Amino acid sequence: MRKLIVLLFIIAFTVSVSAQDAEQIIQEVDKNISAKSQIAESTMTVPGKRNSRTMTAKSYTIGDEKSFTEYLSPPREKGTKMLKLDKEMWVYSPSTDRTIMISGHMLRQSVMGSDLSYEDMMEDRKLTEMYTPSLAGEETIEGRKCYVITLTAKVNDVAYHSQKMWVDTERFVPLKQELYAKSGQLLKQIRLSDIKRIQNRWFPMKMVYQDMLKDGKGTEYNITHIEFDKDIPANVFSKASLKQ
Amino acid sequence: MHRFLWKGIIRDRSRSLLPVLVVTIGVFAVVFSYGYIQGMLDNMIRTTADFQTGHLKVVTRAYLENEEQKPNDLALLGVDTLQKKLTEEFPEVEWTPRIFFGGLLDIPDSNGETKAQGPVSGTAYDLLSPGSHEARRIGLQQSLVAGHVIQQSNEIIISYDFADRYQVRPGDTVTFFGSTMYGSMSFANYTVAGIVRFGIGQLDRGAVILDISDARLLLDMDNATGELFGFLPGGLYNKEQAEHVKESFNRQYTDVTDEYAPVMVQLADQDFMGQMLAYMDIVSLAMVILLVFALAIVLWNAGILSGIRRYNEFGVRLAMGEEKKHIYRTLLVESLFIGIIGSAIGTALGISLCYYLQDHGIDYSAMMDSVNMMIDPVIHARVTPELYFIGFIPGVLSMLIGSALAGTAVYKRNTAMLFKELD
Repeated sequence: MRKLIVLLFIIAFTVSVSAQDAEQIIQEVDKNISAKSQIAESTMTVPGKRNSRTMTAKSYTIGDEKSFTEYLSPPREKGTKMLKLDKEMWVYSPSTDRTIMISGHMLRQSVMGSDLSYEDMMEDRKLTEMYTPSLAGEETIEGRKCYVITLTAKVNDVAYHSQKMWVDTERFVPLKQELYAKSGQLLKQIRLSDIKRIQNRWFPMKMVYQDMLKDGKGTEYNITHIEFDKDIPANVFSKASLKQ
Repeated sequence: MHRFLWKGIIRDRSRSLLPVLVVTIGVFAVVFSYGYIQGMLDNMIRTTADFQTGHLKVVTRAYLENEEQKPNDLALLGVDTLQKKLTEEFPEVEWTPRIFFGGLLDIPDSNGETKAQGPVSGTAYDLLSPGSHEARRIGLQQSLVAGHVIQQSNEIIISYDFADRYQVRPGDTVTFFGSTMYGSMSFANYTVAGIVRFGIGQLDRGAVILDISDARLLLDMDNATGELFGFLPGGLYNKEQAEHVKESFNRQYTDVTDEYAPVMVQLADQDFMGQMLAYMDIVSLAMVILLVFALAIVLWNAGILSGIRRYNEFGVRLAMGEEKKHIYRTLLVESLFIGIIGSAIGTALGISLCYYLQDHGIDYSAMMDSVNMMIDPVIHARVTPELYFIGFIPGVLSMLIGSALAGTAVYKRNTAMLFKELD
């Protein structure tokens, strides 16, 4: 009987430590990935059936509530702007001089034919706010030792019900993510690489998104320049700035 | 003898009235049903061809594999050259480009911000080229509820249901938001030229119509098209002719491995139309067989009743020395006359009603709101040459079979017993 109590105690302790570890790992990931504010310049390459397109954009983000993106090239996309305020999103097109609200099922549509949806672009919340983590084991990705963390949604308004995340054990940066629907179907896969040390944090500069429901080669998203925790004027995040 | 039999039929109505009525009703039912089914089939073929499939269609091989998604990224390029080549090779066929696309139609408020928006499925037709028959082909003018047809660039036509739901009127500006054939965002402002109601649920729910030149600008499809439709002369579908054109075109590309090489399909290859046509042929054949079978049974029964009623007459004729074979033969000739009379009246009535419904049609629109088929809710009958014999021959045959079966009773009469029976 005493042996059984000891065994149960050990199991309970192990589970508790494992959950605590997973929680700590995710907190470390959040410290690297999330910031009070971000200004980033990026390129997005979308391989098409007949040719590839590369777009460049500059984005301003404050926490998980405000985001503003302006497309700089190619000519057809130049001047297109997107504004996200809390849970709402608008797109401005210079050719029509119209600001269009993106809502409902449109948020799940692809952005510019890429493997990213508007919902993906809007989701900036910390992992610890959205998911309950659990440690599923350890694996090696691209020669780097990783924790395998399973994340299950603890709030309803998340784009993906669960995730499987491979987190670098030294740098606490995800190197691979699998995003699942509530049904358990794999919806997207993200491979993160080119990890750089920027302002005391490790950050992936290259992300390859693969929509698993599409037959494509994936969308390559490269950050060419990024700054964290910079002051951004409040007027950037206004509908008036879309038309400027 | 024929004259004698004819007089018998005319004068003794109790002998002929019931069989004539039975044959008339049966033949009428077949002729009318066949004419109406033909009309319905024509309606379905014409509507499907005009809006969805053409009599023939050229697309890329890759597009054909994913056709239900209307993948414009796999569209035909260099369409002018291809269209010219097709016109030279098959001058009897009219070739016209169509682009199917989807997106969001956004209606602005007075500040230019989103007042309402809804998903739409669009079709681009060649409406502005001189000599184009597209507007007439899809009945654009007749389907207008308000406004006018597209007369210039940057005009759009929207479906009645969408206009009603989002309170859009002719003259309003709307913005289309979608993606180009290469996946880029596409935006364009259009003036609502008109509002249409085709009466076809599938088209009226959220359809928009653009001119092909506007769609090419919008979707970055310069000299490209999703599909290149072909229409046979007179707008009439002919399966064999379409098959001949299709085979001679596709033969030129059998050695080409390019997934973007053009491939031609015909109406019967698309959207289960082949199965539908085969099914309708089977239904028509089954109707005729059923008519002969059912009428033969009814007339056999009528013949037996008549035989009982004319029991004495046959007895007297046998007693007077008339041969059983001769009586049986006269019965058959008599039934032939009755069959011809009944079939002629039934055919005439059936064709008359078909002629009437060919012009007027029956409007089923109230019952077809949720129907997802490409079919005009006003269904007309069609008078075809087959109507003149499809009911007539089975009508005469069934009468003959019925009488032949019933008449065998004549052979069962025993001559020696006749006078005893006649007492």
